[in-house]
Amino acid sequence: MKYVANRVGFLLLSIWAAATINFMLPRMMPGNPADALIARYHGALSATALHAIELQFGITHEALWVQYLVYLNHLLHGNFGVSLTYYPATVMTVIRNSLPWTLGLAGLSTLISVLLGLALGIYSAWNRNRRLANILPTATTFTAAIPYFWLAMLLVYFLGYILGWFPIDHAYTSTLVPGLNPPFIMSVLGHGILPACTIVISSLGGWLMSMRNNMVQVLGEDYILFAEAKGVPDREVMLWYAARNAILPSATSFAMSIGFVVGGTLLTEIVFSYPGVGYQLFTAIENSDYPLMQGLFFMIALAVLLANFAVEMLYGRLDPRVRKGGVSQ
Amino acid sequence: MITRLRQPLMSRSMARMSVARQFFRDPKARAGASILFCFVMMAIFAPLLTSYNPQSTAFIPLQAPSAHHWLGTTGNGQDVLAQFVFGARASLSVGILAGMTATLIAIFMGMLPAYRGGLFDLVVSTFTNIMLVVPGLPLLLVIGAYIHQTGSFVIAVVIGLTGWAWQARVLRSQTLSLVSRDYIVAARLGGASDAHIIFREILPNMLSLVVAGLMYSCLYGILAEASLEFLGLGNINAVSWGTMLYWATQGAALLNGAWWWFVPPGLAVALVGTGFALLNFAVDRLANPRLRENN
Repeated sequence: MKYVANRVGFLLLSIWAAATINFMLPRMMPGNPADALIARYHGALSATALHAIELQFGITHEALWVQYLVYLNHLLHGNFGVSLTYYPATVMTVIRNSLPWTLGLAGLSTLISVLLGLALGIYSAWNRNRRLANILPTATTFTAAIPYFWLAMLLVYFLGYILGWFPIDHAYTSTLVPGLNPPFIMSVLGHGILPACTIVISSLGGWLMSMRNNMVQVLGEDYILFAEAKGVPDREVMLWYAARNAILPSATSFAMSIGFVVGGTLLTEIVFSYPGVGYQLFTAIENSDYPLMQGLFFMIALAVLLANFAVEMLYGRLDPRVRKGGVSQ
Repeated sequence: MITRLRQPLMSRSMARMSVARQFFRDPKARAGASILFCFVMMAIFAPLLTSYNPQSTAFIPLQAPSAHHWLGTTGNGQDVLAQFVFGARASLSVGILAGMTATLIAIFMGMLPAYRGGLFDLVVSTFTNIMLVVPGLPLLLVIGAYIHQTGSFVIAVVIGLTGWAWQARVLRSQTLSLVSRDYIVAARLGGASDAHIIFREILPNMLSLVVAGLMYSCLYGILAEASLEFLGLGNINAVSWGTMLYWATQGAALLNGAWWWFVPPGLAVALVGTGFALLNFAVDRLANPRLRENN
C-alpha cells in the first residue's frame, strides 16, 4: 500500500513538474518568443484569441504567480488554447485527432519490440558460446545507434519508392472514409508497416542487451547450478529459473527506454507524415504555433508518465521485494 | 592469500598499462576505439581528404557518384564527399561536447546529494527521477523551437541539459554505497575536506562508471544533435551530418533518387554511435566482472 501511495505521489509530482516546465520555458527564453508571434498574428486573429495567447505566454502585466494559477486552472480543464495553424480549431481537438494514431503506432511497435527483444536476449544469453548468439548483440548495437529518422528514410526510399511495396506516407489512403470497414482497416495496417518496422528495428537492441546482461548475471547464480545439477531439463532452467528472474530488472530501465521510443516515434512520424502527435508537434514548431506545441508537449509527457506508472505498478505486483523497498535501496 | 602477497607490488603506471592492455584485449573495445579513431582522424584531416569546399555550389546538382565526385553532388550543387568529411567536425564536436556537459551535470547532481544526504538529497534525487521520466526528445524539440536556430555551442549545452538524469542516478547509487566505507570514514575523521573526499577519494573509485556514462552520453549527444539538425532546429547553414539530412529532405532527395545524398551522413551517425556504444559495453565489462561471459 505504501508502495502504491509512493508511486501515485511521484506520478502527480512529475505531472506537475512537466506542466511547470511547460509554463516556464517560454518565459525563460531570451527575447520572449511569444512577442514575435503576437506581432505576426496581429490582425489575423480575433482580439479574444490574441488575448488568450497573451495570457498563455505571459505578455500581460499580471504577476507571474497569477499567470501560473490561470495556466494551471486551464490545464486542469483541458483548455490548451487555440491552435494558430488550424485556427479556429482548439489545441484539444488537434490532440484528440492525433493522439490515437501515435498511441496505436507506438504501443503496438513497443509491444512487438519488447517481446522480440526479450526472446532474442534469452536466446543470446543461453547460447552465449554459439556464433549466431554472439553476433546478435553486436548487430543490435549497430541497429540501436541508427537514427530513427534515417532508418525511416531508407525504408521509404528502398521499399516505398524503388520497390513500391508499401505506401510512402500518411496513415491511410485519403480516398477512403475512416470507419470500421475492411478496406479502411487494411489501408491503416498497410500504412503502418514501415513506421512500425522503423521503431521495432531501432528499439529492439536496447531490450535485447538489457535482457541478455541480466540473464548472464542470473545464470551465474548458485540456484541455476543447483537446478542443473539436480537434473531439471535445460528448457525449464532457461525459461522458468533464469529468464523469469532476469526479466524483472529489465523493467527498471523501462523509464529511460520508453522516453527514447517515444522520441523515436515522433521522428518516424515526421518522415512518414504520419498524422500522430509527433507530426503535429513538428508542424507546430515549423509554424511557431506555440499554443499547439505546448499542448502537445504536455500530452506526450503525460502519456509517458502514465506508461511509466503502469509499468511500475506491474513491477510492484511481480516482485514483492520492490513493494517492501528491499531492492531499490 | 599467500600467492597474492608474493606478487610484486605494481607501480601506478604499470597498473594503468595493464588495465589498458586488458581493456583492448576485448574485441568490442578494439572495434569501438578503431571506429571512433577513423572518424576523428577524418574530421581533423578533412582538408587533406577532399579538394572541394563543402559550401561551394559550383557543380551540376544531383550527379550520381563518379570519378570527380566520389559521393555525387547535392541538389544545390555541392560535393557530398566534401560535406561528409567536413560535417564530421561539427557532428563529432557537438556530440562529444553534449556528452561531456551531461556527464559533468550528472557528476554534480548524482554525487553531491548522495554525499550530503538529508533533505538536499531527497529534493535533488526526486528532481533527477522526474527528469528521467520526462521524455527528452520532445523537450529538446520544444526548447529548440523557442531558441530557434542558434549556434552549435548552445545546442550542445541544451542537449547536455536534457540528457544527464540516467547517469546521475547511476552515480548516485554508487556514491551511496561508497560513502559508508571505512576509508571514506577514515578520510573524514582525518579532517579531509568534502571536495577532497568527493573528487579524490570517491570519484577515482567509480571512474569506470563515469567513463562508461560519458560514452553513453556521447552516443546520446550525437543522435540528439543529428535529430535536431535534421528537423532544421540547429544552425542550418553549418555543415554537419544532421544538416546534410535536413537539406536532403528539403531538396527531395528521396523523390529524385539521390541515395548518395542521404545514405552517407546517416550511416556515419550510426557508426559513430556504435563506436561509443561498444566502448560503453567494454568499460562496463571491465568494471563489472559479472558481465564477463567466459567465466
